[in-house]
Parts: sequence; structure tokens; C-alpha cells
Amino acid sequence: MASSSASARARRQDHIATGVLTAIVAVICVALVAIVVYIVGSGAGKLFDVSFLTGKPQQFKAGGGIGPELFNSFYLLVLTLLLSLPLSLGAAIYLAEYAHEGPVTTAAKTIIETLSSLPSIVVGLFGMLFFVLQLGWGFSIMSGALALTMFNLPILTRVIQQALEAVPRDQRDAGLALGLTRWETTIHILIPSAMPAIVTGVILSAGRVFGEAAALIYTAGQSAPMLDFTNFDLSSASCPWNVWRPAETLAVHIWKINSEGVVPDLAAVSSGTAAVLMVCILAFNIIARIVGRRLERRLTAE
Amino acid sequence: MMAGHSTSMGVEDVNLYYGDFHALKDITLDMPANQITALIGPSGCGKSTLLRCLDRMNDRVQGCRVEGRITLGDEDIKDIDPYDLRRRVGMVFQHPNPFPLTIYENVVYGLRRQGRRPKSELDGVVESTLRRVGLWDEVKDKLKASGLSLSGGQQQRLCIARALAVDPEVLLMDEPTSALDPISTSLVEELASELAHDHTVVIVTHNMQQAARISNQTAFFYLGELVEVGPTAELFVRPKKKQTEDYLTGRFG
Repeated sequence: MASSSASARARRQDHIATGVLTAIVAVICVALVAIVVYIVGSGAGKLFDVSFLTGKPQQFKAGGGIGPELFNSFYLLVLTLLLSLPLSLGAAIYLAEYAHEGPVTTAAKTIIETLSSLPSIVVGLFGMLFFVLQLGWGFSIMSGALALTMFNLPILTRVIQQALEAVPRDQRDAGLALGLTRWETTIHILIPSAMPAIVTGVILSAGRVFGEAAALIYTAGQSAPMLDFTNFDLSSASCPWNVWRPAETLAVHIWKINSEGVVPDLAAVSSGTAAVLMVCILAFNIIARIVGRRLERRLTAE
Repeated sequence: MMAGHSTSMGVEDVNLYYGDFHALKDITLDMPANQITALIGPSGCGKSTLLRCLDRMNDRVQGCRVEGRITLGDEDIKDIDPYDLRRRVGMVFQHPNPFPLTIYENVVYGLRRQGRRPKSELDGVVESTLRRVGLWDEVKDKLKASGLSLSGGQQQRLCIARALAVDPEVLLMDEPTSALDPISTSLVEELASELAHDHTVVIVTHNMQQAARISNQTAFFYLGELVEVGPTAELFVRPKKKQTEDYLTGRFG
């Protein structure tokens, strides 16, 4: 008798928990979808406007575009990944496979965790003091890419480390038992096994980097010289590939026109830019899922 | 091509410590060539630990210290490069752990790492090894499929094939059937018996019927000590020690 009432209670609790959890998730989803729909919706008019996507931003007149900003965002992203991916891969392999548990790994983990929760404006101000002023690089893509690298390194290192640690110990044993060195096991077995999680993590971190503003305001700067894609003079400010030129990104552009913009169509430019940014980040997330799932399937499927 | 050059393994006065914990105490055991030696005992008795000493898998375990002499044939394994040792002493694990590669690549993995080989030779090794483990007919049409797409029992036989492809002298098996269904288990057992014709086989098992069915010699471990070792038939029928008898009759463990 007592046990049946206890099990009835347990079942009732289970029902309540299911209801409450479903409600919470529903609220979160509705809120997020509403934000996405609102942002994309308010900028929808500009989203497919080629002259907006490729045009030159205006200082005082209406009708400015975001061509250079769009390019700068992607260029900075690629440079940041080129800098941060090898470093974080190396650090993650060391921490996951080589380092013995001890004061060094504990210290490294604490530092990485602290760095990954560092407010990005702090990273940006450090970047300004060190790269921009101390090293005299000025507001430049290089300063911005290094600030973003500092911002991205801890996140990426952690993602890759967790992906490696999630590979079952059996796989390491299998490699070792076949007479492989630790390096061979890491390169040929662990990294391929962890690849779906690594790729997903890299693309998701790319989304964060792509939308980052605070770390760039004082490093890559807030001006976007018009780019000339036929110019390959790497010292020219209009050469797209010149890493020493200032480069405003989409996120910084949104911040700037809202804080000091004087163009008459300010609201339209701002929401158009936000919509473009949102669509890019959504695309990153969807690509991350598709690529991750594909790789996963390739590892296990027929 | 699979030259059967089996070599015995021996353990003399081996003590193993994890930090302060004395995990193996004065173990002396001969594992003769072309025989199956079964290591049995309750969980935590040190049998898997001993197995992992035989191919120096404990080397990199932090705080683990091994004293005493372990021999492969006449050689002390301390004098053998650990990577060479592991090519001569293969190992199969409790959970099937094929690499996330194709079936073909899983089999030739160890060989490829030893240097370039012509494809015809690799093809030959794949077929002969998969035939030995009884997997050839099941997978010959899908050698390019992932090893992880196979069933658990097939995966385990693939892992045995992977270990055999480098032609080891000794094969260590750490509870190789504990994660398998009964049919796969009997396939792996038959395979182990067959492998003992030209390999030294050492198998750790929780399953006493399994030890009784396939092994020539059984060693019973309890709390890090080797309580009793003898020909399997004898040990199971007339154990000399009370602890062995208690374990075999299911009074503990």
C-alpha cells in the first residue's frame, strides 16, 4: 500500500517535472525565435539589396552600404582562425594527451577558464594598449586579429580539449597496444575520432568571433576605407589584403552608427547590418551541425 | 606467411605499486608457448594489472612502479624498446575498440605504421587475417565500410585481426568476451583456442567456464597475490588452496 502510493507520487512528480521543463524550454525558444525574427524582419528590406551589401558606407548622406564591413568581418575571421586554430590545437593536445595531472595542468586549466570568461572589452583595451600603442601597429587588421585570437584561444582550446578527452580510453589503449607512439595515436586516431566535435566547436567559435564588437572597437578601429579589389599593393589602405589598414567590421559598424552616426537612414542601415550579421551567424550554426553530422556519419557508417 | 614463432612469457618476483598501494605481490608465473594461460580472480585482484605489465601498458600510468623481472623468451622486456615489445605482444581489450577507419585500414594499421608495403601484400594480409578470425565471408564485400559499422562481436574479431596482422608472438586478451553475446563469445573462444597453435595466449576472464573450456593453465589471483596456478583440469577439479576452492564454487567473488 505504502509503496504504491509512493510510486504514484513519484509518477506525479515526473509529470510535473516534464510539464515545467517543457514550459521553460518553450519560453526560451519563443524568446529566441522572436529575437531572430525581429532582427531579420526589420532588416529584411536590406538583406537582398546588392547595393547595400556591396556599397560604400556613407558619412552624412542616406543610402550607405556595408561592402567593406562585410569583407572585413570575414577577413578578420579567417586571420583569427589561422592564428588561433594551430595554437589551440597544440595546447589542447598537450593538455589532453601529454600533460600529467598536476599543478601545471591545474594552473593551465584555471588560466584558460579565466581567459574565456574575460569580458571582451578588456581584451580590446589590452589590445589597444599593447598592439595599437606599444607596438605601434595602429588601428589595424593585425591588431584586431590578435585581439580576437586572445579572445578565441581559450574557448577553442577548451572545445578541442573536451573533444579529445571524450574519445574513449579504449582508443588510446588500442593505439598504444599496436606499438604506436603517443603522437601517432593522437594524429591518426584521436584527432580523426574527435573531428566532428572539433569542427563543430571551431565553427561555433567562428560565430562568436564574427559577431564580436567590443574587442575590435579599439584594435581594428572604426573606419572602413573603401576597398579596391584590383589593388594588390599590400601597403595601400585600399588593398583589401593589407593587414595594416584599419578595418571596421559589421558588429562594430552597428555600434558606431548607433552611437555617433548622423546619416538620415541610420535605423535602416543599422537594422540591415544586424540582419546580415544574424543571417551569417545562423548560417555558421547550421553549417556546424551539418558538417559535424556528416563527419560523424562518415566515421561510423557503411 | 604467418610464421608461427611463439615465445613463452615469464614473470619473476614481480611487485607493482600504484603510489602506496601494493597491487601485485611477488608474482612468479610461467606462460608457456602455444598454450592458453587464463588469469582468474575477483575484481580488483590484479589480474588485468598483471596483463598490462606484459606489454608495458602501465609504463605511462602515473605513480605506477613495477619491480621484478618480466621476460619474453630469454629477453627481459625492460631491454626491449616498448614500441617493439608491443608489436611482438599484441593485446585485445574488454570493449571492442576498432579505429574510426575502414575495416581494411583497421587490419593493416599496425603494418602501415611499420613502413611502406606494396598493396598486394596488404591485400593478402587483410584476407588471410580476416579468414583466421572468421570474419572474411561476412565483410569481404564491404572492406571499405567503417569498422564501427560492424556488430559488437564482429568488431571484437576485427580487433583480434588488427592485433594478429602484425604477427605477434604473444596475444594478451583482457576479458575479450565480457561485452559480447553468447554466440560471439563462443566464436572468440574457438578463435583463441586456434590461435594457441602458434601463439602464446594469456587471457583474463571473469567467466570461469570460459577459463575451464579453453585454457591449458589457470592462475588464480586474490588481493594482488597469485594464490594458485596449475593445469586447468587439475585446478578446477582439485584446487589445492581453500581460497581457490571457495572462489571456484562461488562462495565469494
